[in-house]
Amino acid sequence: MLCQRCKKQPATVHLTEILQNEKRERHLCEDCAREEGVAVKAQINLQDILSGMLEAHETAGRGANLTCPDCGTTYAEFRNQGRLGCPHDYEVFSDALKEVLEKVHGAAEHTGKLPRRAGADLAGQRQLMQLRRQLQAAVEGEKYEEAARLRDLIKNKEAPGETR
Amino acid sequence: MKLDELILSPSPWLAPGGPQSDIVLSTRVRLARNVAGRPFSTRLRPEERQDLEAYLRRAVLSAFGTHTITWFELADMPEIDRRCLVERHLISRELAAGEGVRGVGIDHAQRTAVMAGEEDHLRLQVIFPGLQLHEAWLEADSLDNRLEEHVTFAFSPRLGYLTACPTNVGTGMRASVMLHLPALVLTKQIEKVFRAVARMRLAVRGLYGEGTQATGDIYQISNQASLGRSEDEILKALGAVIPQIIAYEQQARHVLAGESPTMLDDRIYRAWGILTHARTISSDETLALLSAVRLGIHMGRLRGVDLAAVNELFLLTRPGHIQKIRGAELPEPQRDVARAEYIRKRLGAT
Repeated sequence: MLCQRCKKQPATVHLTEILQNEKRERHLCEDCAREEGVAVKAQINLQDILSGMLEAHETAGRGANLTCPDCGTTYAEFRNQGRLGCPHDYEVFSDALKEVLEKVHGAAEHTGKLPRRAGADLAGQRQLMQLRRQLQAAVEGEKYEEAARLRDLIKNKEAPGETR
Repeated sequence: MKLDELILSPSPWLAPGGPQSDIVLSTRVRLARNVAGRPFSTRLRPEERQDLEAYLRRAVLSAFGTHTITWFELADMPEIDRRCLVERHLISRELAAGEGVRGVGIDHAQRTAVMAGEEDHLRLQVIFPGLQLHEAWLEADSLDNRLEEHVTFAFSPRLGYLTACPTNVGTGMRASVMLHLPALVLTKQIEKVFRAVARMRLAVRGLYGEGTQATGDIYQISNQASLGRSEDEILKALGAVIPQIIAYEQQARHVLAGESPTMLDDRIYRAWGILTHARTISSDETLALLSAVRLGIHMGRLRGVDLAAVNELFLLTRPGHIQKIRGAELPEPQRDVARAEYIRKRLGAT
Protein backbone atom coordinates (compact mmCIF):
# COMPACT_ATOMS: atom_id res chain seq x y z
CA MET A 1 0.00 0.00 0.00
CA LEU A 2 1.29 3.45 -0.93
CA CYS A 3 1.13 6.51 1.31
CA GLN A 4 -2.20 8.29 0.83
CA ARG A 5 -0.56 11.70 1.09
CA CYS A 6 2.51 11.62 -1.16
CA LYS A 7 1.48 8.49 -3.08
CA LYS A 8 5.16 7.66 -3.52
CA GLN A 9 6.50 5.81 -0.51
CA PRO A 10 5.03 2.70 1.08
CA ALA A 11 2.62 3.41 3.94
CA THR A 12 4.03 2.19 7.21
CA VAL A 13 2.05 4.33 9.66
CA HIS A 14 -1.57 3.33 10.05
CA LEU A 15 -3.88 5.69 11.90
CA THR A 16 -7.42 5.32 13.09
CA GLU A 17 -8.94 8.69 13.84
CA ILE A 18 -12.31 9.17 15.43
CA LEU A 19 -13.88 12.54 14.59
CA GLN A 20 -17.43 13.25 15.79
CA ASN A 21 -18.16 9.54 16.08
CA GLU A 22 -16.94 8.96 12.59
CA LYS A 23 -14.09 6.52 12.18
CA ARG A 24 -11.48 7.30 9.56
CA GLU A 25 -8.48 5.22 8.65
CA ARG A 26 -5.37 6.75 7.15
CA HIS A 27 -2.23 5.15 5.83
CA LEU A 28 0.90 7.28 5.57
CA CYS A 29 4.60 6.89 5.04
CA GLU A 30 6.87 7.87 7.90
CA ASP A 31 7.94 11.19 6.37
CA CYS A 32 4.37 12.36 5.75
CA ALA A 33 3.27 11.20 9.20
CA ARG A 34 6.03 13.24 10.73
CA GLU A 35 5.09 16.30 8.67
CA GLU A 36 1.52 15.98 9.86
CA GLY A 37 2.74 16.01 13.43
CA VAL A 38 2.16 12.35 14.19
CA ALA A 39 4.80 11.13 16.59
CA VAL A 40 6.57 8.23 14.94
CA LYS A 41 8.71 6.09 17.16
CA ALA A 42 11.56 4.26 15.54
CA GLN A 43 11.27 1.55 18.16
CA ILE A 44 7.98 0.09 19.28
CA ASN A 45 7.65 0.75 22.96
CA LEU A 46 6.86 -2.38 24.91
CA GLN A 47 5.17 -0.28 27.56
CA ASP A 48 2.66 1.11 25.05
CA ILE A 49 1.82 -2.34 23.80
CA LEU A 50 1.31 -3.50 27.36
CA SER A 51 -0.99 -0.61 28.28
CA GLY A 52 -2.96 -1.08 25.07
CA MET A 53 -3.52 -4.76 25.79
CA LEU A 54 -4.55 -4.14 29.36
CA GLU A 55 -6.98 -1.48 28.24
CA ALA A 56 -8.58 -3.85 25.76
CA HIS A 57 -8.87 -6.39 28.54
CA GLU A 58 -10.62 -3.85 30.72
CA THR A 59 -13.04 -2.81 27.99
CA ALA A 60 -14.02 -6.44 27.73
CA GLY A 61 -15.30 -5.98 31.28
CA ARG A 62 -12.82 -8.19 33.02
CA GLY A 63 -10.56 -7.37 35.91
CA ALA A 64 -11.48 -3.68 36.05
CA ASN A 65 -12.36 -3.56 39.74
CA LEU A 66 -9.64 -5.82 41.14
CA THR A 67 -7.35 -4.57 43.90
CA CYS A 68 -4.46 -6.44 45.52
CA PRO A 69 -5.24 -6.99 49.22
CA ASP A 70 -1.52 -6.97 50.07
CA CYS A 71 -0.10 -3.88 48.39
CA GLY A 72 -3.26 -2.01 47.39
CA THR A 73 -2.41 -1.81 43.68
CA THR A 74 -5.57 -1.46 41.59
CA TYR A 75 -6.09 -2.76 38.09
CA ALA A 76 -6.23 0.83 36.79
CA GLU A 77 -2.84 1.59 38.34
CA PHE A 78 -1.35 -1.54 36.83
CA ARG A 79 -2.79 -0.62 33.45
CA ASN A 80 -1.52 2.96 33.51
CA GLN A 81 1.96 2.26 34.79
CA GLY A 82 2.47 -1.22 33.41
CA ARG A 83 4.12 -2.08 36.73
CA LEU A 84 2.95 -4.45 39.42
CA GLY A 85 3.03 -3.54 43.11
CA CYS A 86 4.11 -6.82 44.72
CA PRO A 87 4.69 -10.49 43.86
CA HIS A 88 1.10 -11.37 44.86
CA ASP A 89 -0.21 -9.13 42.03
CA TYR A 90 0.70 -11.91 39.64
CA GLU A 91 -2.09 -13.93 41.28
CA VAL A 92 -4.55 -11.05 41.63
CA PHE A 93 -4.31 -9.96 37.98
CA SER A 94 -3.58 -13.44 36.65
CA ASP A 95 -6.46 -13.35 34.19
CA ALA A 96 -5.23 -10.21 32.41
CA LEU A 97 -1.61 -11.23 32.75
CA LYS A 98 -2.10 -14.55 31.04
CA GLU A 99 -2.87 -12.76 27.78
CA VAL A 100 -0.08 -10.25 28.25
CA LEU A 101 2.51 -12.93 28.91
CA GLU A 102 1.40 -14.93 25.88
CA LYS A 103 1.73 -11.88 23.64
CA VAL A 104 5.00 -10.57 25.02
CA HIS A 105 6.85 -13.82 25.61
CA GLY A 106 4.93 -16.29 23.50
CA ALA A 107 4.73 -18.45 26.60
CA ALA A 108 3.14 -18.50 30.03
CA GLU A 109 5.42 -20.75 32.05
CA HIS A 110 8.93 -20.52 33.39
CA THR A 111 11.42 -23.14 32.19
CA GLY A 112 14.65 -21.46 33.26
CA LYS A 113 16.82 -21.33 36.33
CA LEU A 114 15.48 -22.45 39.72
CA PRO A 115 16.72 -20.82 42.89
CA ARG A 116 18.79 -23.16 45.03
CA ARG A 117 17.33 -21.88 48.23
CA ALA A 118 14.38 -23.97 49.33
CA GLY A 119 11.52 -22.75 51.48
CA ALA A 120 10.76 -19.73 49.39
CA ASP A 121 7.18 -20.86 48.86
CA LEU A 122 4.64 -18.32 47.69
CA ALA A 123 2.40 -18.47 50.74
CA GLY A 124 5.38 -17.90 53.01
CA GLN A 125 6.57 -14.97 50.91
CA ARG A 126 3.15 -13.39 51.08
CA GLN A 127 2.82 -13.85 54.81
CA LEU A 128 6.19 -12.23 55.30
CA MET A 129 5.06 -9.15 53.45
CA GLN A 130 1.88 -8.90 55.51
CA LEU A 131 3.87 -9.23 58.73
CA ARG A 132 6.18 -6.42 57.60
CA ARG A 133 3.23 -4.13 56.99
CA GLN A 134 1.78 -5.00 60.41
CA LEU A 135 5.14 -4.22 61.97
CA GLN A 136 5.18 -0.86 60.24
CA ALA A 137 1.69 -0.09 61.56
CA ALA A 138 2.65 -1.20 65.09
CA VAL A 139 5.70 1.08 65.09
CA GLU A 140 3.67 4.00 63.78
CA GLY A 141 1.00 3.36 66.41
CA GLU A 142 3.71 3.18 69.09
CA LYS A 143 2.65 -0.37 70.04
CA TYR A 144 6.15 -1.45 70.90
CA GLU A 145 5.39 -4.82 72.50
CA GLU A 146 3.42 -5.85 69.44
CA ALA A 147 6.25 -4.56 67.24
CA ALA A 148 8.84 -6.63 69.09
CA ARG A 149 6.69 -9.74 68.76
CA LEU A 150 6.26 -9.15 65.01
CA ARG A 151 9.96 -8.47 64.55
CA ASP A 152 10.84 -11.83 66.08
CA LEU A 153 8.25 -13.54 63.93
CA ILE A 154 9.71 -11.97 60.78
CA LYS A 155 13.20 -12.94 61.82
CA ASN A 156 12.12 -16.56 62.22
CA LYS A 157 10.32 -16.60 58.90
CA GLU A 158 13.26 -15.28 56.92
CA ALA A 159 15.43 -18.16 55.86
CA PRO A 160 18.49 -18.76 58.03
CA GLY A 161 21.79 -17.39 56.78
CA GLU A 162 20.22 -14.26 55.38
CA THR A 163 21.94 -10.97 55.87
CA ARG A 164 20.05 -9.23 58.64
CA MET B 1 37.89 2.47 45.12
CA LYS B 2 37.05 6.15 44.67
CA LEU B 3 34.36 7.20 42.22
CA ASP B 4 36.64 9.67 40.41
CA GLU B 5 39.24 6.98 39.93
CA LEU B 6 36.64 4.68 38.44
CA ILE B 7 35.26 7.30 36.07
CA LEU B 8 38.65 8.43 34.80
CA SER B 9 40.02 4.93 34.21
CA PRO B 10 39.61 3.18 30.85
CA SER B 11 36.46 1.10 30.57
CA PRO B 12 37.47 -2.56 30.23
CA TRP B 13 34.55 -3.42 27.97
CA LEU B 14 35.89 -1.02 25.34
CA ALA B 15 39.33 -2.59 25.26
CA PRO B 16 40.25 -4.04 21.86
CA GLY B 17 41.05 -7.74 21.71
CA GLY B 18 37.70 -9.27 22.71
CA PRO B 19 36.30 -11.95 20.39
CA GLN B 20 35.02 -10.38 17.13
CA SER B 21 35.84 -6.96 18.51
CA ASP B 22 36.13 -5.41 15.05
CA ILE B 23 32.31 -5.45 15.02
CA VAL B 24 31.14 -6.46 18.49
CA LEU B 25 31.97 -3.91 21.15
CA SER B 26 30.59 -5.72 24.16
CA THR B 27 28.26 -8.37 25.57
CA ARG B 28 26.04 -7.76 28.56
CA VAL B 29 23.85 -10.02 30.68
CA ARG B 30 21.42 -8.51 33.16
CA LEU B 31 19.32 -10.33 35.75
CA ALA B 32 16.30 -8.72 37.44
CA ARG B 33 15.57 -9.91 40.98
CA ASN B 34 13.26 -8.89 43.82
CA VAL B 35 13.53 -9.72 47.48
CA ALA B 36 10.80 -12.11 48.64
CA GLY B 37 8.24 -10.86 51.11
CA ARG B 38 8.41 -7.18 50.18
CA PRO B 39 6.41 -4.99 47.81
CA PHE B 40 8.10 -3.98 44.53
CA SER B 41 10.01 -0.69 44.42
CA THR B 42 7.14 1.59 43.33
CA ARG B 43 5.06 0.47 46.31
CA LEU B 44 7.73 0.92 48.96
CA ARG B 45 7.32 3.69 51.50
CA PRO B 46 10.40 5.88 52.00
CA GLU B 47 11.42 4.10 55.23
CA GLU B 48 10.89 0.69 53.64
CA ARG B 49 13.00 1.79 50.70
CA GLN B 50 15.78 2.86 53.00
CA ASP B 51 15.60 -0.42 54.90
CA LEU B 52 15.72 -2.41 51.65
CA GLU B 53 18.71 -0.51 50.29
CA ALA B 54 20.66 -1.09 53.51
CA TYR B 55 19.70 -4.77 53.44
CA LEU B 56 20.82 -5.19 49.83
CA ARG B 57 24.04 -3.25 50.37
CA ARG B 58 24.95 -5.59 53.23
CA ALA B 59 24.00 -8.65 51.17
CA VAL B 60 26.01 -7.55 48.12
CA LEU B 61 29.06 -6.62 50.16
CA SER B 62 29.05 -9.85 52.13
CA ALA B 63 28.42 -11.96 49.02
CA PHE B 64 31.24 -10.44 46.97
CA GLY B 65 33.52 -8.92 49.60
CA THR B 66 34.52 -5.28 50.07
CA HIS B 67 37.91 -6.05 48.53
CA THR B 68 36.28 -6.66 45.14
CA ILE B 69 33.27 -4.37 45.14
CA THR B 70 32.51 -0.79 46.23
CA TRP B 71 29.06 0.54 47.06
CA PHE B 72 28.00 3.98 45.88
CA GLU B 73 24.93 5.85 47.11
CA LEU B 74 23.08 7.58 44.29
CA ALA B 75 20.98 10.04 46.28
CA ASP B 76 23.85 12.33 47.28
CA MET B 77 25.99 11.72 44.19
CA PRO B 78 26.57 14.78 41.96
CA GLU B 79 24.55 14.75 38.76
CA ILE B 80 27.69 14.69 36.64
CA ASP B 81 28.98 11.52 38.28
CA ARG B 82 25.65 9.79 37.81
CA ARG B 83 25.79 10.83 34.18
CA CYS B 84 29.25 9.31 33.80
CA LEU B 85 28.10 5.99 35.29
CA VAL B 86 25.25 5.91 32.75
CA GLU B 87 27.68 6.65 29.92
CA ARG B 88 29.81 3.74 31.18
CA HIS B 89 26.72 1.49 31.17
CA LEU B 90 27.29 0.80 34.86
CA ILE B 91 23.89 2.15 35.93
CA SER B 92 20.65 2.61 34.03
CA ARG B 93 19.21 5.97 33.08
CA GLU B 94 16.24 5.12 35.32
CA LEU B 95 18.43 4.63 38.37
CA ALA B 96 20.35 7.84 37.65
CA ALA B 97 17.16 9.87 37.29
CA GLY B 98 15.30 8.13 40.13
CA GLU B 99 14.43 9.55 43.50
CA GLY B 100 15.11 8.57 47.07
CA VAL B 101 17.54 6.07 48.49
CA ARG B 102 19.22 3.89 45.87
CA GLY B 103 22.67 2.56 45.25
CA VAL B 104 25.00 0.54 43.09
CA GLY B 105 27.80 -1.90 43.84
CA ILE B 106 30.55 -1.85 41.21
CA ASP B 107 33.40 -4.33 41.13
CA HIS B 108 36.89 -2.97 40.75
CA ALA B 109 37.37 -4.53 37.33
CA GLN B 110 34.21 -2.63 36.24
CA ARG B 111 32.75 -5.84 34.91
CA THR B 112 29.94 -6.29 37.41
CA ALA B 113 27.37 -3.80 38.64
CA VAL B 114 24.56 -4.50 41.09
CA MET B 115 21.88 -1.82 41.23
CA ALA B 116 19.53 -1.53 44.18
CA GLY B 117 16.31 0.46 44.11
CA GLU B 118 15.64 0.42 40.40
CA GLU B 119 12.25 -0.69 39.09
CA ASP B 120 13.24 -4.08 40.49
CA HIS B 121 14.89 -4.30 43.90
CA LEU B 122 18.04 -5.71 42.37
CA ARG B 123 19.53 -5.61 38.91
CA LEU B 124 22.72 -7.54 38.45
CA GLN B 125 24.72 -7.07 35.27
CA VAL B 126 27.99 -8.24 33.86
CA ILE B 127 29.61 -6.69 30.82
CA PHE B 128 32.37 -8.33 28.76
CA PRO B 129 34.38 -6.99 25.82
CA GLY B 130 33.59 -8.48 22.40
CA LEU B 131 31.18 -11.32 21.75
CA GLN B 132 31.10 -13.51 24.88
CA LEU B 133 27.48 -14.48 25.50
CA HIS B 134 28.23 -17.75 27.21
CA GLU B 135 31.02 -16.35 29.38
CA ALA B 136 28.88 -13.40 30.46
CA TRP B 137 26.01 -15.70 31.43
CA LEU B 138 28.26 -18.06 33.40
CA GLU B 139 29.58 -15.10 35.37
CA ALA B 140 26.12 -13.62 35.98
CA ASP B 141 24.76 -17.03 37.01
CA SER B 142 27.55 -17.61 39.48
CA LEU B 143 27.20 -14.12 41.00
CA ASP B 144 23.45 -14.68 41.26
CA ASN B 145 24.08 -17.95 43.13
CA ARG B 146 26.39 -16.19 45.54
CA LEU B 147 23.84 -13.46 46.19
CA GLU B 148 21.21 -16.09 46.76
CA GLU B 149 23.13 -17.36 49.76
CA HIS B 150 22.26 -14.06 51.41
CA VAL B 151 18.89 -13.09 49.95
CA THR B 152 15.68 -15.01 49.19
CA PHE B 153 14.31 -13.86 45.83
CA ALA B 154 10.63 -13.58 44.93
CA PHE B 155 10.03 -16.65 42.81
CA SER B 156 7.05 -18.64 41.60
CA PRO B 157 7.47 -22.17 40.27
CA ARG B 158 5.09 -21.33 37.42
CA LEU B 159 6.28 -17.84 36.47
CA GLY B 160 9.89 -17.90 37.63
CA TYR B 161 11.57 -14.81 39.07
CA LEU B 162 8.85 -12.24 39.73
CA THR B 163 9.56 -8.74 38.42
CA ALA B 164 7.79 -5.38 38.67
CA CYS B 165 7.14 -5.35 34.94
CA PRO B 166 5.64 -8.49 33.39
CA THR B 167 7.94 -8.06 30.38
CA ASN B 168 10.89 -9.21 32.52
CA VAL B 169 9.28 -12.08 34.43
CA GLY B 170 10.62 -15.64 34.21
CA THR B 171 14.38 -15.69 33.84
CA GLY B 172 14.55 -11.94 34.52
CA MET B 173 17.35 -12.04 31.98
CA ARG B 174 18.22 -9.55 29.30
CA ALA B 175 21.25 -10.50 27.23
CA SER B 176 22.45 -7.84 24.83
CA VAL B 177 25.23 -7.46 22.32
CA MET B 178 26.55 -4.06 21.27
CA LEU B 179 27.48 -3.94 17.61
CA HIS B 180 29.29 -1.41 15.44
CA LEU B 181 27.60 -1.55 12.02
CA PRO B 182 28.83 1.40 9.93
CA ALA B 183 28.93 -0.42 6.58
CA LEU B 184 25.34 -1.64 6.91
CA VAL B 185 24.30 1.95 7.64
CA LEU B 186 26.33 3.32 4.69
CA THR B 187 24.90 0.78 2.28
CA LYS B 188 21.39 1.44 3.65
CA GLN B 189 20.78 -2.18 4.60
CA ILE B 190 20.41 -1.65 8.32
CA GLU B 191 16.59 -1.46 8.20
CA LYS B 192 16.53 -4.88 6.59
CA VAL B 193 18.54 -6.29 9.47
CA PHE B 194 16.17 -4.70 11.99
CA ARG B 195 13.11 -6.21 10.36
CA ALA B 196 14.68 -9.67 10.39
CA VAL B 197 15.71 -9.26 14.03
CA ALA B 198 12.27 -8.05 15.13
CA ARG B 199 10.65 -11.17 13.74
CA MET B 200 12.69 -13.28 16.15
CA ARG B 201 11.50 -11.64 19.38
CA LEU B 202 14.73 -9.72 19.61
CA ALA B 203 14.92 -5.98 20.21
CA VAL B 204 17.20 -3.37 18.63
CA ARG B 205 18.20 -0.27 20.56
CA GLY B 206 20.63 2.60 20.24
CA LEU B 207 23.82 3.09 22.20
CA TYR B 208 22.06 4.17 25.37
CA GLY B 209 19.13 1.81 25.50
CA GLU B 210 15.41 2.08 25.01
CA GLY B 211 14.23 5.10 23.10
CA THR B 212 17.70 6.41 22.30
CA GLN B 213 18.95 7.14 18.81
CA ALA B 214 21.65 4.95 17.40
CA THR B 215 24.71 7.19 17.50
CA GLY B 216 28.06 6.31 16.02
CA ASP B 217 26.39 3.42 14.13
CA ILE B 218 26.25 1.47 17.38
CA TYR B 219 23.30 -0.81 18.00
CA GLN B 220 22.32 -3.12 20.84
CA ILE B 221 20.49 -6.32 20.08
CA SER B 222 18.84 -8.15 22.95
CA ASN B 223 16.22 -10.75 23.76
CA GLN B 224 12.68 -9.47 24.15
CA ALA B 225 11.13 -12.55 25.73
CA SER B 226 12.27 -13.67 29.17
CA LEU B 227 9.63 -16.30 29.93
CA GLY B 228 9.08 -19.79 28.55
CA ARG B 229 12.65 -20.35 27.49
CA SER B 230 15.62 -21.27 29.59
CA GLU B 231 18.59 -18.92 29.83
CA ASP B 232 20.54 -21.25 27.55
CA GLU B 233 17.81 -21.23 24.93
CA ILE B 234 17.60 -17.43 25.01
CA LEU B 235 21.37 -17.17 24.60
CA LYS B 236 21.35 -19.72 21.79
CA ALA B 237 18.70 -17.78 19.88
CA LEU B 238 20.65 -14.56 20.24
CA GLY B 239 23.92 -16.35 19.57
CA ALA B 240 22.54 -17.70 16.30
CA VAL B 241 21.57 -14.27 14.98
CA ILE B 242 24.66 -12.25 15.90
CA PRO B 243 27.13 -14.13 13.63
CA GLN B 244 24.76 -13.55 10.71
CA ILE B 245 24.69 -9.82 11.37
CA ILE B 246 28.49 -9.84 11.65
CA ALA B 247 28.68 -11.63 8.31
CA TYR B 248 26.34 -9.05 6.71
CA GLU B 249 28.44 -6.21 8.03
CA GLN B 250 31.62 -7.84 6.74
CA GLN B 251 30.02 -8.37 3.37
CA ALA B 252 28.90 -4.74 3.24
CA ARG B 253 32.45 -3.64 4.07
CA HIS B 254 33.75 -5.82 1.27
CA VAL B 255 31.27 -4.35 -1.20
CA LEU B 256 32.16 -0.80 -0.18
CA ALA B 257 35.87 -1.48 -0.66
CA GLY B 258 35.28 -3.10 -4.04
CA GLU B 259 32.68 -0.76 -5.52
CA SER B 260 33.35 2.64 -4.04
CA PRO B 261 36.83 2.72 -2.52
CA THR B 262 37.30 6.44 -3.15
CA MET B 263 34.04 7.38 -1.48
CA LEU B 264 34.93 5.12 1.43
CA ASP B 265 38.44 6.51 1.87
CA ASP B 266 37.17 10.05 1.51
CA ARG B 267 34.74 9.46 4.31
CA ILE B 268 37.35 7.87 6.57
CA TYR B 269 40.04 10.50 5.94
CA ARG B 270 37.65 13.46 6.21
CA ALA B 271 36.57 12.08 9.59
CA TRP B 272 40.20 11.71 10.62
CA GLY B 273 40.96 15.22 9.34
CA ILE B 274 38.16 16.82 11.31
CA LEU B 275 38.86 14.89 14.51
CA THR B 276 42.53 15.86 14.46
CA HIS B 277 41.94 19.49 13.50
CA ALA B 278 38.59 20.70 14.77
CA ARG B 279 38.56 23.44 17.40
CA THR B 280 35.01 22.81 18.55
CA ILE B 281 32.90 19.69 18.10
CA SER B 282 29.59 18.31 19.41
CA SER B 283 29.34 14.87 21.00
CA ASP B 284 27.09 13.49 18.25
CA GLU B 285 29.40 14.66 15.47
CA THR B 286 32.28 13.12 17.39
CA LEU B 287 30.58 9.72 17.51
CA ALA B 288 29.76 9.82 13.80
CA LEU B 289 33.39 10.63 12.93
CA LEU B 290 34.85 8.12 15.39
CA SER B 291 32.65 5.52 13.75
CA ALA B 292 34.20 6.23 10.33
CA VAL B 293 37.72 6.22 11.78
CA ARG B 294 37.11 2.94 13.59
CA LEU B 295 35.82 1.45 10.34
CA GLY B 296 38.96 2.70 8.56
CA ILE B 297 41.26 1.09 11.09
CA HIS B 298 39.48 -2.27 11.02
CA MET B 299 39.42 -2.30 7.22
CA GLY B 300 43.15 -1.61 7.14
CA ARG B 301 42.63 1.65 5.23
CA LEU B 302 43.80 3.95 7.99
CA ARG B 303 47.10 2.87 9.48
CA GLY B 304 49.20 4.03 12.39
CA VAL B 305 46.22 5.09 14.49
CA ASP B 306 45.86 3.80 18.03
CA LEU B 307 42.69 1.69 18.08
CA ALA B 308 42.51 1.62 21.86
CA ALA B 309 42.50 5.42 21.96
CA VAL B 310 39.76 5.61 19.32
CA ASN B 311 37.65 3.08 21.23
CA GLU B 312 38.12 4.95 24.48
CA LEU B 313 37.15 8.22 22.85
CA PHE B 314 33.68 6.78 22.14
CA LEU B 315 33.19 7.01 25.91
CA LEU B 316 35.49 9.79 27.05
CA THR B 317 33.99 12.38 24.67
CA ARG B 318 30.45 11.94 26.03
CA PRO B 319 29.15 15.07 27.81
CA GLY B 320 29.59 13.70 31.34
CA HIS B 321 33.09 12.37 30.82
CA ILE B 322 34.47 15.39 29.00
CA GLN B 323 33.44 17.61 31.92
CA LYS B 324 34.88 15.13 34.38
CA ILE B 325 38.19 15.12 32.51
CA ARG B 326 38.29 18.92 32.57
CA GLY B 327 37.38 18.82 36.23
CA ALA B 328 34.70 21.45 35.85
CA GLU B 329 31.09 21.83 34.81
CA LEU B 330 31.06 23.46 31.41
CA PRO B 331 28.20 24.94 29.37
CA GLU B 332 27.81 23.35 25.96
CA PRO B 333 29.89 25.76 23.80
CA GLN B 334 32.88 25.40 26.12
CA ARG B 335 32.31 21.68 26.40
CA ASP B 336 32.61 21.40 22.59
CA VAL B 337 35.89 23.29 22.68
CA ALA B 338 37.22 21.09 25.50
CA ARG B 339 36.14 18.00 23.58
CA ALA B 340 37.95 19.05 20.39
CA GLU B 341 41.07 19.81 22.39
CA TYR B 342 40.99 16.46 24.20
CA ILE B 343 40.45 14.50 20.99
CA ARG B 344 43.42 16.21 19.32
CA LYS B 345 45.57 15.41 22.31
CA ARG B 346 44.55 11.74 22.45
CA LEU B 347 45.01 11.27 18.71
CA GLY B 348 48.48 12.81 18.80
CA ALA B 349 47.58 15.97 16.87
CA THR B 350 48.17 19.56 17.92
